[in-house]
Parts: sequence; C-alpha cells; structure tokens
Amino acid sequence: MGAESDDTGAFRAELRDWLETNCPESLRDANGPEDSICWGGKRWVFESEDQKLWLDRCAARGLTVPTWPKEYGGAGYSREQEKIFHQEMARINARSPLQSFGIWMLGPALLHFGTPEQKAHFLPPISRGEIRWCQGYSEPGAGSDLASVQTKCEDKGDHWLVNGQKIWTSYADQADWIFALVRTDREAKKHLGITFLLLDMTSPGVTTRPIKLISGASPFCETFFDNVEVPKEHAPGISSVVGTVNRGWDVAKYLLTHERTMISATGSGARSLGAVLSEEAGGLTDASLRAAAVKAEVDALAIGLTLERYKDMAESGMGVGDASAMLKYVGTELNKDRHELMMAAGGSDALEWDGPHTTRPADWLRTKANSIEGGTSEVMLGIVSRRVLGLPG
Amino acid sequence: MAKLVLTEEERMLADSARAFLDDAAPVKHLRGLRDAGKTHDAALWKEMAAMGWAGILVPESAGGADMGHAAAGVLAAEMGKTLVASPFLSSSVIAATALRQVSDKRAAEALAAIAGGETAYALAIDEGPKFAPEATQMAARREGNGFRLTGRKTFVVDGGFADRLLVLARTDDGLTLFDLPADRAGVTRDARAMIDSRDAARVTFDEVEATGEDVLGQVDEAMTVLKPALEAGQAALAAELSGLAAGAFGMTVAYLKERKQFGMLIGQFQALQHRAADLWCQTEVTASAILHAGRKLDEDPANATLAVSLAKARATETAKHAVIEGVQMHGGIGMTDAFDMGFYMKRARVGAEWLGDYGYHAEQVARLRGF
Repeated sequence: MGAESDDTGAFRAELRDWLETNCPESLRDANGPEDSICWGGKRWVFESEDQKLWLDRCAARGLTVPTWPKEYGGAGYSREQEKIFHQEMARINARSPLQSFGIWMLGPALLHFGTPEQKAHFLPPISRGEIRWCQGYSEPGAGSDLASVQTKCEDKGDHWLVNGQKIWTSYADQADWIFALVRTDREAKKHLGITFLLLDMTSPGVTTRPIKLISGASPFCETFFDNVEVPKEHAPGISSVVGTVNRGWDVAKYLLTHERTMISATGSGARSLGAVLSEEAGGLTDASLRAAAVKAEVDALAIGLTLERYKDMAESGMGVGDASAMLKYVGTELNKDRHELMMAAGGSDALEWDGPHTTRPADWLRTKANSIEGGTSEVMLGIVSRRVLGLPG
Repeated sequence: MAKLVLTEEERMLADSARAFLDDAAPVKHLRGLRDAGKTHDAALWKEMAAMGWAGILVPESAGGADMGHAAAGVLAAEMGKTLVASPFLSSSVIAATALRQVSDKRAAEALAAIAGGETAYALAIDEGPKFAPEATQMAARREGNGFRLTGRKTFVVDGGFADRLLVLARTDDGLTLFDLPADRAGVTRDARAMIDSRDAARVTFDEVEATGEDVLGQVDEAMTVLKPALEAGQAALAAELSGLAAGAFGMTVAYLKERKQFGMLIGQFQALQHRAADLWCQTEVTASAILHAGRKLDEDPANATLAVSLAKARATETAKHAVIEGVQMHGGIGMTDAFDMGFYMKRARVGAEWLGDYGYHAEQVARLRGF
C-alpha cells in the first residue's frame, strides 16, 4: 500500500487519538461472543456502565453509523474514511458500539426511499440505539417466494388495518418497531400489491412467539397481527409507508440486494482459518483436513477481494445490481464450509455445548441458515442465471 | 491501493486488444497453426509488438509502453479468451521483468529487443514434472573466469523457437540465472508436441560455456532477479487462464441459449442453469484475485507473493472447472475435435502446470497465512 496523503493521515491520527481516549478498556474485546454487542432499544439492558458510555460517545460523534449524513446521526464518512475507521477500531480491538436491523436494513431503505420528514424522524433514534427495529418479511407461505406475502393491510381512511402472520422475524420479541411487507392490493400482480409499512410493536393486536432452533437459541419469532390499527401518519407529516403504496417491492428488492452483500461479508472473516486451527491442540496434522482448510482459505481471500472489487465498482458508478446474488451465494456457502472445518478440527471437544470451544457448535449450526435467509443459494443461482446470464426462463 | 476496477487506459487497452484478436487470432487461428504443424506465428507476434504489447513492461527509455502488471494481465486475459499463441508471457512478461531488475547497458539493450519483438526469450528452469525452482540440480561449474553448464531442462515453454534462454543453474553457494543465446554450442533443443499445440522443449546442456557477462544479476543470487520475474509470469498466466475460462464460459452460455432438446432450449433446464450460474460466480471471484495481483505487483512488488499465488491457485481451478463444465454442457459435440472446446481444455491443463500448479500455490497461501 502506498503512503497516505496528508489529509488521510491527519484524519487517521485524529480518529486514532479519539478512539484511544474514548473506548473503555473493557470494550476492547472485539473477538468476544456475538451477543456482547449492544442491540439498543427501549428494552436493552446494558451489561455495564462502560457499554452504555461507549454507545453514547460513539453516537455523539456519528460513529454508530459512520457513513450516514451528519444531520441523521452519522459522521458523513466516505468509503475510504469508513475503511480507516474499521482499521482503527480493529487496531485497538474495539467492540462495535451498536448493531441493529435499523442500521443494516431500515436505515439504507429510508436513506434511499424515505421523505426528508421520515429520515429526520426515524434515523436519529436508530443511530443513538434508542429504537430497536425488526424485519417482517417472510410468512409461512412466503419464504423463498417472498413476493407471495399475504398479510392483509386494508385502507380504513385515517389508518391501516393489518391482519396476518410473519415468520423468521429476527428478535421480534425484543424489538420496539417493525418494518413489514404487507399486501395492500389483492387484485394486482403479486409484485405490485405490496406496501412497505412501519409500525409500533406495542400496538394492540401484535403478539410474538420465539422459535427454538437446532442451536438451542431462539433468535427468530413468529409474529401475529390481529386487527392491528396503524395510523397513516405516526406524527404530523410522518407517513407510516416507505416509498409508494403498492410499490413496496421496489424497497424490498433494494434492501435484499443490500442484505445479500452484507450476509456475504460473513464469509470472509479477517482471521486466517489456518491460523485459528493451527493454534489448537494438535494443530492441523490431518492431511485431508489441512488441504480442505487451505482451499477454504484461498476461497475466503478471493471472495474478500471480490467484495472489495464490487464496492469499488459501485463507487465508480458501475451498476452491480443482480450480481450481488453472486456475493451472497459464494459468501454463505464458504461460511458453512469454514464452520464445518472448525468443527472437524475441534473433534470431540467441539461437541460439547459449553466445552473448550465455547460457542463453536452453536455458531456452526447458525451458519446453516446463511444459505437460506435473504434468499436461498438456489434462488441466488436462479437470479444469476436469468438476470445476469440471460438464460431463458 | 488503486481501485479494483480497470482504469480508462486499461479498458481501452482491453477493447483494442479484443478488436484486434477477434480479427487476427480467433481460436481457428490456433487450429490452423496446429493443422499446419506450427506452434507459433512470427508474423502475428510482429504485429502485436508493433502495437506496443511486447514492450508493455519495458521502460519507455528502452522503447516500451511501461503500463504495468495489471495492464499486462488485461492483455494476457484477452489473449486467453481466444487461446492466442505467442511468446508474450515468456518474453514480454517473465524475461522483461527479470531484465528490469538489472540496470546495465546490456539489459537495456535486451529490453529494447524484447519491446521491438526482435528477440524472443524462453525460461528454462524445470527439471522434473513439477515446478520446483529451489530444487534445481543442473550445475554451472566454475572454470577460469566463466562457467560450464551441464544438465537437462524440461517444459521450456517457447523453447523450440526462442532466440535466448534464461537458464537457472546451481553454482557454488546458491542458484545463478544465466541469459544465453539458444544456439550456443552444446545446447540441444528437442521441441515436444504438446497437448495445447503450443511450443515447449526439452533442452540439454552439454558443457555449455558461459562467461560472467552471461550472468543476469549476481552469481549465487538468482532469486533477486528471478522471483519478481516468476511472480510477474504467474500473475499474467493466471490472467490468461481467467480469460480462457471466460472464453469457454461464453461459448457454453451461448450454446445453452440455442441448443434444443426435449422440445425446449437446454438453457431452460434448472439443472444446467445452476451449473452455469455457479461457474459464473467462480469466474467473478477469480477475476478479483487476478486484478488484485496485478495491482499489488505494480504498487508493492516486494510483498506480492500472497496476491500472486492466490491468483494462480484460483485461476487454475476456475479454468479447469470452466472447461470441464464446458464439455459437459455441450454434450457430445464438446468431445469432437471440430469443435473448439477441446483446445480450451488442453491449454487449461498446460496453464495449470506451468509456473506452479494449484498445490504449489495453495501451499504458498497456506504458508503466508499462518498454517
């Protein structure tokens, strides 16, 4: 890498200094368990004073959502600055101050499709970790075929009336608000009668039920809507619909593309698989296991570079669009491979829920969902074959 | 690092190369050479040199275009798409990079001759069936002020017609790289019929005389000069293989859109759609590693080994995958000599071995990633 320009160098130095001063010692544990990162929201219980302090300090500087505009709680960073931010966070092993579906999903949707009033109303509380959002997409009859959503949403003049059921709603039982795909026109073609709706989870008629998974955890819920009344405006001038009524699929599609890129990022962990496995008792002495791990490492590096390349392409104004399905497919399949290898390397030690490898078995099981959520691998291959390669339907 | 997208200049280079090669060197050109019992086309190489390709890594002071390794990869990929046979990798990438490590008048003259397409080089390092430069046995025995080289080299790509040879041999305290005319007394070349219809020779050295003048770089320190040259060659070969994969893939997707069986286009079958889509995903991932290797060689050549080995490992596997799937999805016609897919398959196999196979480069990645 070449030398940094003066401006970049000064930016880095200033940020490094701020992080050194402001990141509490107890939060310098980025490799800790995933659930140690704050999700925010009204019901969040901070594990420590430090956790809250770190969140508040970062939020005040826009660092919970560094690339968002300053007026909406961000730091207005360019991608280059964001990269430096992540490098400097990694340098002191700082824990991320906040994670949420508001940051990952709703924020980007509002930034792209929201009115100025919606952005000003909804984005700052997300950046400060005050409101926790969940995503209401899938239904029992609409999984891979997401556009088949049936949750009914009727226009009742001053409000919408919602009836139906969602499934695989991540952390719905702990969320304050939900962004959901609902059907506002039953006559239209299936992609055209969908609306992207925002509603308060404390509204009368909303109930949730956690689903226990093979990992033993329950990160997902069933969410039921029974005659839920959603005001047309949550506050004067603040519509409860993002984008246009009946055109919610446009928003959903935009977000799916975004989500695919994000999920794929889980596949290219910064740590070398070989380094992780070589440190363990016995190391990588099994030749076939070692060969498989080397292949996974080669692929992980190349996939990481592909993410970089696609970001560079997007930044250069080259459309990426449907090709993001490729990122999702290769990233999630690789992640499954990596966790299979880690389980194999751990041997019987990795078979204990609370054994020497702590969360490894639960993490391994969790990765099996990577190639299902956000569109299955087969759906991704379908998108590539039809929309990228132009193969006949 | 510069972005992982082609610059305007690189894109123009790719476009002009494609336009020229589609006309002057489609796959049927290679087929024609094979049918005529030839392994290269000197006239074609002259034309390529006239366009500045032979000097793409040669300094402007020596008459080159000096566009860098990423640009060399762009050219190699375009050549790979239609399997263009030329000494581009041997001369313009490997030998040019080796000569650039040495700053004397003789090296400058040699670089100028490469840029002009007047001198073709070949690299003579392999002695067994696998790439292992560190294990070189061939001896260069001290005699007076010079050396006597005795031994055998194999898989000397472009060695049948090259004017000069870069020869790796063992000296008293290490390895030394010699730059010799291919017709020096005691050198015997046996051009072999290779599966990819390209040139490669077994070369025997019998008490071949070499002077201090013939040493490229320092005695016993071949790797100072050779390592950058090998890495440049590996990156460009990886780029050629990625172009080859793209070429084979393009033929395959076109076929899926026109071939009918069971009353429908075979591209409508989901089983084939998913095979094709998976293959495209793999080619995209490999393309990233290729461009990254080129950028790394241009910006931080002393630390490019991981990037280069990653590119060669991925490209080898992707090209193999592309030609195997290419034949399978074409069905019976893919097995015929009249159809071009076989040429792609054979070149992919040669490219897989040359300058280190998948296992060699994957092991480099493993070593550098803490395995």
